[in-house]
Amino acid sequence: MAADPHNVPDFKTRIAKALGDERLRGAVRYTADNLRTKRNAVVADLNEQAAQRMAIGSFAELRRQARRIKEHTLKHLDYYLEQAAERIRQNGGTVHWAGSAADVVRIAEEIAERRQAKRVIKSKSMASEEVMFNHALEAKGVEVVESDLGEYIIQLAHETPAHIVIPAIHKTRRQIADMFGAVAGRELTTDTPTLTKFARETLRKKFMAADIGVSGANFLVAESGTICLVTNEGNGRLTTSVPPVHVAIVGIEKLVPTLEDLAVVLGLLPRSATGQKITTYFNMITGPRRPGEPDGPEELHVIFLDNGRTNLLGSKYEEALMCIRCGACLNVCPVYRNIGGHAYGSIYPGPIGSVISPLLNDLGAWTDLPQASSLCGACHEACPMGIHLHEHLVSLRMDTVAMGKADPGFTRVMKLWMAAWRRPAIYRMAAKLGRVAMRPFVKKRADGTEVAESLPGPFAAWTNTRNFPPIASRTFHERWSDLEKEGKR
Amino acid sequence: MKVSLFITCLADHFYPEVGEAVVHLLRRYGCEVDFPPNQTCCGQPAWNTGLEDEARAYARAYIETFENSEYVVMPSGSCAGHVRYYYPQMFKDDKEMYRRACAVADKTYEFSQFLVNVLGVRDVGARFPAKVVFHNNCHMQRELGVFEEPLTLLRHVRDLELLDNPRYDLCCGFGGAFSVKMPEISTAMADERLGIYVGTKADIIVSCDGGCLMHMGGRAERQGLPVRTMHLATLLWEGVKSNGR
Repeated sequence: MAADPHNVPDFKTRIAKALGDERLRGAVRYTADNLRTKRNAVVADLNEQAAQRMAIGSFAELRRQARRIKEHTLKHLDYYLEQAAERIRQNGGTVHWAGSAADVVRIAEEIAERRQAKRVIKSKSMASEEVMFNHALEAKGVEVVESDLGEYIIQLAHETPAHIVIPAIHKTRRQIADMFGAVAGRELTTDTPTLTKFARETLRKKFMAADIGVSGANFLVAESGTICLVTNEGNGRLTTSVPPVHVAIVGIEKLVPTLEDLAVVLGLLPRSATGQKITTYFNMITGPRRPGEPDGPEELHVIFLDNGRTNLLGSKYEEALMCIRCGACLNVCPVYRNIGGHAYGSIYPGPIGSVISPLLNDLGAWTDLPQASSLCGACHEACPMGIHLHEHLVSLRMDTVAMGKADPGFTRVMKLWMAAWRRPAIYRMAAKLGRVAMRPFVKKRADGTEVAESLPGPFAAWTNTRNFPPIASRTFHERWSDLEKEGKR
Repeated sequence: MKVSLFITCLADHFYPEVGEAVVHLLRRYGCEVDFPPNQTCCGQPAWNTGLEDEARAYARAYIETFENSEYVVMPSGSCAGHVRYYYPQMFKDDKEMYRRACAVADKTYEFSQFLVNVLGVRDVGARFPAKVVFHNNCHMQRELGVFEEPLTLLRHVRDLELLDNPRYDLCCGFGGAFSVKMPEISTAMADERLGIYVGTKADIIVSCDGGCLMHMGGRAERQGLPVRTMHLATLLWEGVKSNGR
């Protein structure tokens, strides 16, 4: 993962840019709300069906089962990886191990060179974004075209995904029509049929001409070596079956042991991601074309990607590897909805991005992201895997302090304050001192109440945009003796 | 019934009338209220800014102060959530302290939670003519699991119109130190949250947490928005007083 794909110097600047972009914020909030509403409806429906014993379980039951499956898989990940690799080979596929992003690129380049490939068509894959696949292959003179509509849009805009599931969440219809129009060489209207017709016509030619199809994997079933792809546009199916070579980039955490386990996690993914019970397309790929079969690729390569994931195994952050990349945490996050995905500066934005970006890379370089949360816990509530995202953010803050990488001024003040305030006598005295210190900044209003509209030093960060109440003329501690007497009367 | 009060630092310093209201209301139901003078803060600010050892010291002090109490009641869902949810976690490697943390966490209650679930109160006998929206503070609904209790109390206040809270799941943006570490995002969140509340035409935003009230109240005042903020305990006690008790 690159440190900053947008080349914007720091987090504060990126935040300011996003907050100032009303069009972006409006687009993000509109779609996030839509996804959240649909998700809530379909989860309620599932729970209703479960109550009538018509579903395989309520959302909470599925979540519990899914956690058990993932806990077990992560605990025995070496076993399941070996099993998956063996099955893939038996099915006629080739298995590659990539420890780093660079390994993925090197392996893909070797395949491309051997096949003398010039054109790659790609189905949506966050793992490929993580290793900056397009950039690397284009540098080698290979054309890479994104076939997912959202990915195609951001590719035309020379951007990275702003959301894990909805890459172009931040784009308005008008912006998309303008970009497509520039490629088409004519003006396009903003209606859906016009835009999708243009994309379909353009991309069909790319599918037919591609030498290699690259996909990710939403899940990989170890017992059968099956790559599972969840899509709504059918681009995943074309990418993996039309070109003569299919390369799948698969994070090692994507494994589930059995097809029965798949049914559980698959019940959670579309519901959480887009509020669908099931997506339009679901592909299960078990091996390349076999002798006598008319369709499918001649070669199938699976690249298992580590890129920092094994560091999480056995650590207090292990459950972050349970993430199924549904994006539900983004859709409910009050921070994400206000700043969008790019402000995070990481391929993975939102709460899950703020957790895994520092973990998969170097926490020292990503200390800002865990701070960008009010710790409201909406992410944990929405997460189909029940990952304790807000607790991990706190834990990362603790690690940041322990590493000595926390904002030094702020941390020093906090430490002093916290050490002093714990002592009852100092705590009580601080109220008196605070009251005196605040006095010059407190003004009386017409109705007799008091307010601080401008405070000095670090407190200005509050009063620049918000009023602050003065310390009461008598604190509760000071009032207690009267209250106590009153009670005895 | 003996109840020990924990008056959170925000209530102590900025909203002491909230603490007074809690005292009066608890006494109304025959509770014998005491206020251990050696209490300070629950330590949530330390925890949330990554100062684990400091946070643990606060937890230890709280446990020592309250472990002989029958019940501990406080006017904040966020602080009660911190005690119940995180104190045991902090001592998971120390068997004896873990046991003590669990014991004290189990008898710690947010004010409305105590009133409804322990005292069995639904109607405090208040009258308060206003259009009100209840702001569910995040930690109260998600860590403490308290949601219906304050609404139950509000529904029984005479002449009070309790409006639906559109997006009860949306944070106001306070987040403790977050409000000063990331003031731009925090303010944007307050604006969105307040915009939704103003849209309900509510006169008052009521909450069980001084932090949310301070944040939304401070922003609403600065922007001149036609809505004010009030703690649930204050509203109930004002309502009881104006109803002639």
